[in-house]
Amino acid sequence: MKQEFRYAFRQTIPIMAGYLSMGIAYGLLLQNMGYNVWWSGLSSLFIYAGAMQFVMLNFLKGGFSLISVAVMTLLVNSRHMFYGLSFLEVFPKMGKKQAYMIQGLTDETYSLLCSQQEQPDLDMKKVFFFITLLDHNWWTLGSVLGSLVGSLITFDTTGLDFAMTALFVVIFTEQWLSAKSHLPALIGGITALICLPLFGPSNFILPTLIFCVAILLALKPIISAKTEEEKA
Amino acid sequence: MTISFAQSAAIIAIVAVCTYITRAVPFLLFRGRQLPRSIIYLGNILPTTIMAVLVVYCLKSTTFSSLAGFMPQLISVAVVVLLHVWKRKTLISIVGGTLCYMYCVQVLFL
Repeated sequence: MKQEFRYAFRQTIPIMAGYLSMGIAYGLLLQNMGYNVWWSGLSSLFIYAGAMQFVMLNFLKGGFSLISVAVMTLLVNSRHMFYGLSFLEVFPKMGKKQAYMIQGLTDETYSLLCSQQEQPDLDMKKVFFFITLLDHNWWTLGSVLGSLVGSLITFDTTGLDFAMTALFVVIFTEQWLSAKSHLPALIGGITALICLPLFGPSNFILPTLIFCVAILLALKPIISAKTEEEKA
Repeated sequence: MTISFAQSAAIIAIVAVCTYITRAVPFLLFRGRQLPRSIIYLGNILPTTIMAVLVVYCLKSTTFSSLAGFMPQLISVAVVVLLHVWKRKTLISIVGGTLCYMYCVQVLFL
């Protein structure tokens, strides 16, 4: 148990940097809108979706019906529908923890879980759980800190959120270096780059993922053959 | 607060529930069923594709009308990749890239 926790802790250090800084920014913004630490802490605990919570700040300024809040949330977070597909076999084996693992499936946690290699001597289900729990903790802690002491931070943190981008770039590079076929990565990158100008920065992610799934399914024989071939 | 306590709480509750729903969709769809082979295939292959999409997603607000609009991202992503290919240490790559980016946006391309 201790071993798994320590291992998971090390894995989440990059996310700690990103989530604490983004969380602090969120807590501070909420504080400035007149919502105290309870609002920032509880909203981060129960919602736990970085980008979406920044969108929600606009909802809190008023003028949105609850229906439009629901529709916009479903749209902004629609990319998360695709994340669970990679854990359909693992999460149900985690018993009561499954519901929590689903709640914790943010972009960053998903990426970190996907990049885990099986470790000898470690129960990976526990590692998965602790990674999810720690990430959630960093985000909530950051939000609380932002409300309480955000205004005291005087050094310039502009650009600290690049830690998240860097994390994705690292995992992408790692996958690229060990990949049996570069086709899946190329499909993702090229489809995203085509869809970005076509649908615009705030709407391109859902069409991108739908096209990617369609292309991956169409190319299943080729990609399966390539990955199987080198496994043997 | 420009809206009431109850309205604020309702908005937060709805955002929380809808976020949970998007994450639970695949588990609800395939609950207690034998997984189709195409879904197992997608589950294995999608992370690689999605990681490329997420990199583009993070860099979506890059603009090419001025140097400051794209140089910090370009330099810093290159630093992350080079550090990672060289050392293969996640933390070094991320810390190095982030410090580089902070220097770029705060000092170099202000």
